[in-house]
Amino acid sequence: MSSGGRFAKIPVYIRGNYLVKTAIKAAEEYQGQYEYANFELPDEELFLPGHGLCASCTIGVIARHMLKVFGPDTVVINPTGCAEVSTVVYPRTNWGVPWIHVAFGNGGSVASGIEAAIKALKRRGVIDPGRRINVVVFAGDGGTADIGFQALSGMFERGHKVIYVMYDNEGYMNTGIQRSGTTPFGASATTSPAGKKVPGNVTHKKPMAAIAAAHGIPYVATANPAYVHDMVYKFKKAMEVDGPSFIHVLQSCTPGWRFEPKYAIRVLELATETGYWVNYEIERGEFRVTLPVPRRKHVKCFLQLQGRFRHLKPEEVEYIQKVIDRDVEEINRVVGREVIGPVDPSLPCLTERK
Amino acid sequence: MTAQALAPVEKKVAQRRIALTGNHAVALAVKMCRPEVIAAYPITPQTPVVEKLAEYVNNGELDAEYIPVESEHSAMSAVIGASAAGARTFTETSSQGLGHMYENLPIAVGMRLPIVMGMAVRTYSAPINVWGDYSDVMSMRELGWIIYIAQSAQEAFDTVIQAYRVAEDSRVHLPAVVAYDGFWTSHVLQPLDVPEDEEEVMRFAPITRSWVRLDVDNPAQLGAVGTPEWYWEVRWQAVEALRESQKVIEEVDEEFGKWFGRRYGLFRTHRTEDAELVVVTYGSLYGLAKKVADRLRQEGVRAGALRLRVIRPWPGDQLKKALEAAEKVFVIDRAINHGAYLQGPMAMELAATLQRPVYSALATIGMRAIDSDMIYEAALKVLKGLWAPNQTYTIGLRGGYE
Repeated sequence: MSSGGRFAKIPVYIRGNYLVKTAIKAAEEYQGQYEYANFELPDEELFLPGHGLCASCTIGVIARHMLKVFGPDTVVINPTGCAEVSTVVYPRTNWGVPWIHVAFGNGGSVASGIEAAIKALKRRGVIDPGRRINVVVFAGDGGTADIGFQALSGMFERGHKVIYVMYDNEGYMNTGIQRSGTTPFGASATTSPAGKKVPGNVTHKKPMAAIAAAHGIPYVATANPAYVHDMVYKFKKAMEVDGPSFIHVLQSCTPGWRFEPKYAIRVLELATETGYWVNYEIERGEFRVTLPVPRRKHVKCFLQLQGRFRHLKPEEVEYIQKVIDRDVEEINRVVGREVIGPVDPSLPCLTERK
Repeated sequence: MTAQALAPVEKKVAQRRIALTGNHAVALAVKMCRPEVIAAYPITPQTPVVEKLAEYVNNGELDAEYIPVESEHSAMSAVIGASAAGARTFTETSSQGLGHMYENLPIAVGMRLPIVMGMAVRTYSAPINVWGDYSDVMSMRELGWIIYIAQSAQEAFDTVIQAYRVAEDSRVHLPAVVAYDGFWTSHVLQPLDVPEDEEEVMRFAPITRSWVRLDVDNPAQLGAVGTPEWYWEVRWQAVEALRESQKVIEEVDEEFGKWFGRRYGLFRTHRTEDAELVVVTYGSLYGLAKKVADRLRQEGVRAGALRLRVIRPWPGDQLKKALEAAEKVFVIDRAINHGAYLQGPMAMELAATLQRPVYSALATIGMRAIDSDMIYEAALKVLKGLWAPNQTYTIGLRGGYE
């Protein structure tokens, strides 16, 4: 590639030449609303371009910002999944930090071992005891909510200081769009196809953040890459707590959700705007909605953009709306006030972009 | 136990004689090797090992991170993670526990991680049976681990120390398992010699940290996707390393002998030089096999015994040499190779090695008790031609092939 190539302007991270520059000041971009997210992100990329992720896959957005927050002193454990097969295909890699893939169902336990090793090696003087090394699991929904569930629970229960980031594309997308424990009701997947008798997936999304919080770990959050400032703020908080942390990130999947690639971020915005996905955090048991939605859009706005819901009948869409209404009511009850407002039918599904 | 030691050798290291069960001997050896991370999940009959190690850690006798994981799958995963991070590691399992961690076993090989695992062997369910036979460790043969089978508490102790030294050698970088009889070795109190000064063990087997690991100053990616264009070459390095490890195993064993006065070789032999019949077995059964050989000798039969110790890498050339002159090789296997031409796994491998038929029998399956008379009777059947080669018989099975 010529030096004037497409990525010439993206500084590739080289150890010993690390400069922190102002790249994003979230609070300036979102004045008045997100002061808590007011910190700088470095220009340098630790998640490097040239990966094999699908066009408009938002895994890249999550991984890139995650590493901008965590920095070079980070070890990434990447269980089997889309991110793993698309970013480290020998002899290439997209990670500027140490990275390991062991198997599918053991992100939590591999991370436990690495965290324990770092602790022991610090005590024996092999690693500088003053150096902070982030141990980060970057796992999909299958590797977290299904096959990796036990390892995850064990890691939480034992209190390893590990940041667990779950990118949730709501199915086994890497193996060809099979349903997982986080596939939502009504979605058509290859193992829960929309048939004449059964309208796609008939189960509801496993509440991973609530399950993580039930372990009593110090920090749990949900995030959405359409709201980068909110997401990076949560990465930062997760990094700073003493103990395990869990961040459940919704991730749009072009082939799995079947939307036009240009809508990758739009569909994620709609997830939050419809109340399908609520961005919140649970810090030491304290529940807080970080992205209030004063007026909600109807869930059909989120569903109709995606091929996986195209088969749904109006009554099934209404059923999904009712489930969301019930969840929103519960969230408002927990918070003690209306943080997520009612559905406003006058809101257009796609807001005009400036 | 002392019968195993070679004739008087000069010992560099002062030792004291104590009595321990096989499991506690392993735990003590592990403690002396100072692992930095131990991941443990209980399963009979290995549990006393991880209990003892937990005691050492909680009493401050061993400075290690002890991860009481929620399953064996996680035990192997955690030691893979820890080893990849540069730590000396240990875990131990048996039977179903091995089955549960199975998918991670070849991964440790592909990543070239010098994990040492103990195994108090136990048969596989069903029916559920917690007792010792070698079904579990035999199911590891294709994976690329170094496999030792020890006969006694002393040998299990010594072999753990040797295994660390071999696994972490830069010519090897492979995981190693040290197997020994569940119950008959793991739970039996035996005398053994251990170094008075534990530091000697660390001097003999210092942590090399020479393997590729996760280092933030020198980022590496472990466990990349290996496409058909690359997988074979990468995996082949582990194949070659295992083959080459034999030299290191022998070298380490020899040096261990010089330091501690005991060495074992790749296999042990007893009166095989001129033997017409050699009884081959492994684990604690060797004592009975030797007794049978001695009894047959008294009766004028030139009999010997051979005990397999390092079965991976398979010491084919050496075994061939040792058994070349024996007219009849009678292999008593302690695990079932279901549906194979010979149902004894080691009998199959020896037949392939020797390029001629061997006599095969199964014994101690599910820890069915056996005594030297039963082996003697079986050996007589082989000698008299009542048992044919190329066929698997059973010793001690009701309604079996006897």
